[in-house]
Amino acid sequence: MSQDFIQTLLLTGKLATWTTAILLVVGFPVAYLLAYKRFFLKPLVEALISMPLVLPPTVLGFYMLVAYSPQNAFGAFIQHAFNVRLAFSFEGVLLASIIFSLPFMIQPLQNGLTSISVSLQEASYTLGKSKLQTFFHVLVPNMLPSIITAIAMTFAHCIGEFGVVIMVGGNMPGETRVASIAIYDEVQSLNYETANQYSFVLFIVSMLILTLIYSINGKKKLF
Amino acid sequence: MLKIDIQHAMLTSEGKATLEVCTEIEAHELLCLFGHSGAGKTTLLRILAGLTKADKGRIVFNDDVWFDSAKKINIPPQLRNVGFMFQDYALFPNMSVERNIRFAQKVKDQNHVEMLLELFELQSLRKQKPGQLSGGQKQRVALARALAVKPNVLILDEPLSALDFEMRLALQDEIRKAHNLLYTTTLMVSHDVNEVISLASSMLFIKNGQVISQGKPEDVFDTCNSGVFRKGSQASMLERYIM
Repeated sequence: MSQDFIQTLLLTGKLATWTTAILLVVGFPVAYLLAYKRFFLKPLVEALISMPLVLPPTVLGFYMLVAYSPQNAFGAFIQHAFNVRLAFSFEGVLLASIIFSLPFMIQPLQNGLTSISVSLQEASYTLGKSKLQTFFHVLVPNMLPSIITAIAMTFAHCIGEFGVVIMVGGNMPGETRVASIAIYDEVQSLNYETANQYSFVLFIVSMLILTLIYSINGKKKLF
Repeated sequence: MLKIDIQHAMLTSEGKATLEVCTEIEAHELLCLFGHSGAGKTTLLRILAGLTKADKGRIVFNDDVWFDSAKKINIPPQLRNVGFMFQDYALFPNMSVERNIRFAQKVKDQNHVEMLLELFELQSLRKQKPGQLSGGQKQRVALARALAVKPNVLILDEPLSALDFEMRLALQDEIRKAHNLLYTTTLMVSHDVNEVISLASSMLFIKNGQVISQGKPEDVFDTCNSGVFRKGSQASMLERYIM
């Protein structure tokens, strides 16, 4: 196996791991708000989060690329504040990947939270437990299948990410060239053997993740 | 003493109604809330526990103000020290029987856990999860857990409604045991006249959010039945009255 091949797979794994980790931290509070709070703009927020499910990745990629430009306010702010150029960089691809994977993390978490009887939370409150204690001791353990589904779906989706990455990241080895883009690139170069190696790895990883999700959902009743 | 003076708008199956309760409950009383479904019994219990905020009024336990709409005071449920037993028991499915009880303690005290397990005959079930228990066993765990907080007020929302007749009789003893053990103020919702008479030292009869009668159960039922209160006939008489 060539060093390029390993580098590309490691980068793909790095992007998926960072995206999943950041989304897990960001996604829980958002899912909590959507599950338990009513507010005026809630349908709009839910629609925006679900947009990546129906929007062509190139559309989001295009808008993000425009936003990343140092000539625009957001891109200029990031460049001056953090000295980071988002367009055609790993950080830029990561941000786009986070936004594009939002529904895959938030929807399972939201469904998991709403499936837990409200009386469990209320019982915890009457036992003197704070909202944070209730979250970690009551909510999280009772929605583990949803959490695992959210993590696995987000990770699997990131591994297969193509449209957004190529729009905002291009095809820079070691920086933005992930496996799905490498496959396209190798096919364009008529290098079918390497394309096949990448494809086989993605196929196996995706199948393993989906098998994990279905086996968890099959025995959803953990307790 | 628990002083309650609250008003709260409710939406019942028969339309809008206002829950209006103004009463004082003596310390160590076992008070039953009696009335048909949608009368406001559970809402009143939730307001007392701090799970629902009343529209207006004041709740004072001894010298502690739990709720005062005029002064914008609303102590959260965590600080009211109320043992609340839910209609569906609300046992934590991820925790064993013993952990459900231990989780309720503010200060860990294994001796108290052992005492509660023994009192409610749960020693052999301590490692079981709630999903593996029968209705009666769940009820005993829920009661033990509500007591584990050493509450100021014990609140039981239709604790026996999901059980069959024999189980109800057996578990009435458990409730009496729990009340006597704590020697606390206990509020309980019940639809069963015999149950109220057997357990309660006093009762509130609520209809469409209004307290229509309160006092000793025998006196309340006697009044409701226009002096013809007799065991065996009271249920049908009351049913007519409630409807």
